[in-house]
Amino acid sequence: MYSSLIDPNLLIAKDSQALLVNGYRKPNLKTSNDPIRRINNTKPTLFIFSAPAPCSPKFFDNDLMGFSKDQLLSQLQELEIDYSKYEHPPVLTVEEQAKYVSSSEGALSKNLFFKDKKHRYYIISAMVDTKVDMKVLSQRLGLGKGGIRMAPEEALAELLQVSLGCVTPFAVVNESARDVSLLLDQKFKNQTRCIFHPLSNNVSISLSTSGLDKFLQSVGRDPVYVDLEANPVVGKDQPPDLAVYVPSNSVVIPELPNNTPSAQASPPKNVSAEKTKPVASPKPSKSPGNVKSVVQNSGLSVFKNPEKFVEEILDKTSELLFSEVKGENVEALAETLRKRLTSEFTHLAVMYKNTAYSEGFYAGTQCQPKRP
Amino acid sequence: MEVDKKEEIASESSEEQVVNPWEVSAKDGGKIDYDKLIDQFGCQRLDESLIDRVERLTSRQPHVFLRRGVFFAHRDFDLVLDAYERGDKFYLYTGRGPSSEALHLGHLIPFMFTKYLQEAFKVPLVIQLTDDEKCMWKNLSVEESQRLARENAKDIIACGFDVTKTFIFSDFDYVGGAFYKNMVKVAKCVTLNKAMGIFGFSGEDHIGKLSFPPVQAVPSFPSSFPHLFPGKDKLRCLIPCAIDQDPYFRMTRDVAPRLGYSKPALIESSFFPALQGENGKMSASDPNSAIYVTDTAKDIKNKINRYAFSGGQDSIEKHREIGANLEVDIPVKYLSFFLEDDAELEHIKKEYGEGRMLTGEVKKRLTEVLTGMVERHRMARAAVTDEMVDAFMAVRPLPNMFE
Repeated sequence: MYSSLIDPNLLIAKDSQALLVNGYRKPNLKTSNDPIRRINNTKPTLFIFSAPAPCSPKFFDNDLMGFSKDQLLSQLQELEIDYSKYEHPPVLTVEEQAKYVSSSEGALSKNLFFKDKKHRYYIISAMVDTKVDMKVLSQRLGLGKGGIRMAPEEALAELLQVSLGCVTPFAVVNESARDVSLLLDQKFKNQTRCIFHPLSNNVSISLSTSGLDKFLQSVGRDPVYVDLEANPVVGKDQPPDLAVYVPSNSVVIPELPNNTPSAQASPPKNVSAEKTKPVASPKPSKSPGNVKSVVQNSGLSVFKNPEKFVEEILDKTSELLFSEVKGENVEALAETLRKRLTSEFTHLAVMYKNTAYSEGFYAGTQCQPKRP
Repeated sequence: MEVDKKEEIASESSEEQVVNPWEVSAKDGGKIDYDKLIDQFGCQRLDESLIDRVERLTSRQPHVFLRRGVFFAHRDFDLVLDAYERGDKFYLYTGRGPSSEALHLGHLIPFMFTKYLQEAFKVPLVIQLTDDEKCMWKNLSVEESQRLARENAKDIIACGFDVTKTFIFSDFDYVGGAFYKNMVKVAKCVTLNKAMGIFGFSGEDHIGKLSFPPVQAVPSFPSSFPHLFPGKDKLRCLIPCAIDQDPYFRMTRDVAPRLGYSKPALIESSFFPALQGENGKMSASDPNSAIYVTDTAKDIKNKINRYAFSGGQDSIEKHREIGANLEVDIPVKYLSFFLEDDAELEHIKKEYGEGRMLTGEVKKRLTEVLTGMVERHRMARAAVTDEMVDAFMAVRPLPNMFE
């Protein structure tokens, strides 16, 4: 009886391939404020279609505080999703987790939390041995070569409401994570079960991908599975294949640098199917239709503003670090580097700028007038 | 009327503390009572809510001087923040009296804070070098005071100000034109009696001194800088300074409405203690009373170890038992100014205060922190050329001053 209110395309799309084929349609990242969701706001057991199920009212109350592990587990039970639970001391890395949860229980996952220059966030959940190349990912998302970096700790707390070492697909249950894009490793589908943290470092659960999908759909998310190791050519005639998964809204987090009040007012333009060009601009663009001037503006501000300049340098350094060094501690190292070096480097950059300006200024005083 | 009559009496008696631009002394050789000062001057305490607001508006952690209460008082800072939130910017104004070439860390404090304000709020800055004042008060020759002004400008630039947003000027070079017009307007509003009441002038002082206060007042008005703020007569001004400068700006705030200008806002700091302790006096004649920016790593280590007043107990046993007296301990005081990491400072205070950490360790950490700062400053200072000083001091527009 609800069929007229549900988008027929969603009924077909149980797996992500169909979504891709439909063209560059945005994934259904709508929240529970979606009118369809509201009308369908009944107990989960009513859902007959495989479309996104209504979520139970009690989800709303906890949005401000962040979902707890127990609330999540009881939700899984209510949805009749089969899972196995393993309790262990808090673990921060996959290596540590592997000591307590053996691979016979399921495939361990590594979960990465990225952000791009326009303050949009991404959770990438992959098999441990899947190689995640940030440069390739960035290009496939249409963000240029150095478009993404590890998100800072503050973002983890603010958006995902989890602690360090606890990034997990389940974090999207939080209202604060509504604009965070979630990409899952295609290879999960070949596993009987996969292992994730249920919002807490001292527990791991294993469940099948269909169980995970059921949960994600219950919170209004279409599960998106991607071949993370693919390295398709991105160019003029080959648009970035993952660009459709870039969130339409950027998220403003207080502690970040370059976070001006205007960032909230002008969210970056939605990249449409026809004009996907990799634009890696640190500032929200002022003339949305003119991509060329956006690139020019951003280039200028990186070289005019010492803080932006330093951010650019540290972005590239982190990128190299991630591609060269293996291991889960790389995130923490990159963050430490960034925190400790930003102030020193900014000081150096200001002196450099002052020196260049002074030389130019002096040259100006010695300049001879143009010959008529 | 913001000027307090009590002040006249205060400058006579030695039983009250004395705080004015030329003299700072505590009651009975004790500590400065800042609460009393705030009361007496009529300014406001900078509370947590304002600091949180700054954090929100600037999207970055507030400067260590705000977190530790070094800058602790203000006038109208909340109004400046209100305006900023609405999109009305402001400009910064601070200055230095170039009395000597030897700058110590205490001198750098207002500049370090002003640099943070410039970066955090993305606003322009004017820096006044009052070479005329020092020429008059310290009886220096005009040439010498001008030379010192340029030398001090180099140390100021080394603090890391952005040349595209900063204008440095010396009074001898710049006074004239629109600046002088404002000076005369201000002077017309202040009677001799009032000036004597505020600044403690007497019949024995030469008239140069009497006519100086307008010079320090008018940089608070944007019309004094027609090359910087043309047509922006309503632009607000925020003045970071040490609290002993308050009298100049009380006078300025009194006069401003009468001239149709906005009152400048102030954000004020407490005094930086001498190495020998709060009761000691930092003086140019005693090189061991402060850490200078020209000190070597060895000098710093030596000075801290030998002259920094310790709150630790006489013997290790006694120290482990009672712990250190954090109230009078200079190394911890200095760390609270310069150690960025809040958690580490808390840890040190706890361990030292409860006797588990010894004075030697605290002094060692302080030496590290200060050596790092001084080294960084020295390197930056070495990069400042005469051409760079000329560029900072050139009367030129600053087209990107609010970016």
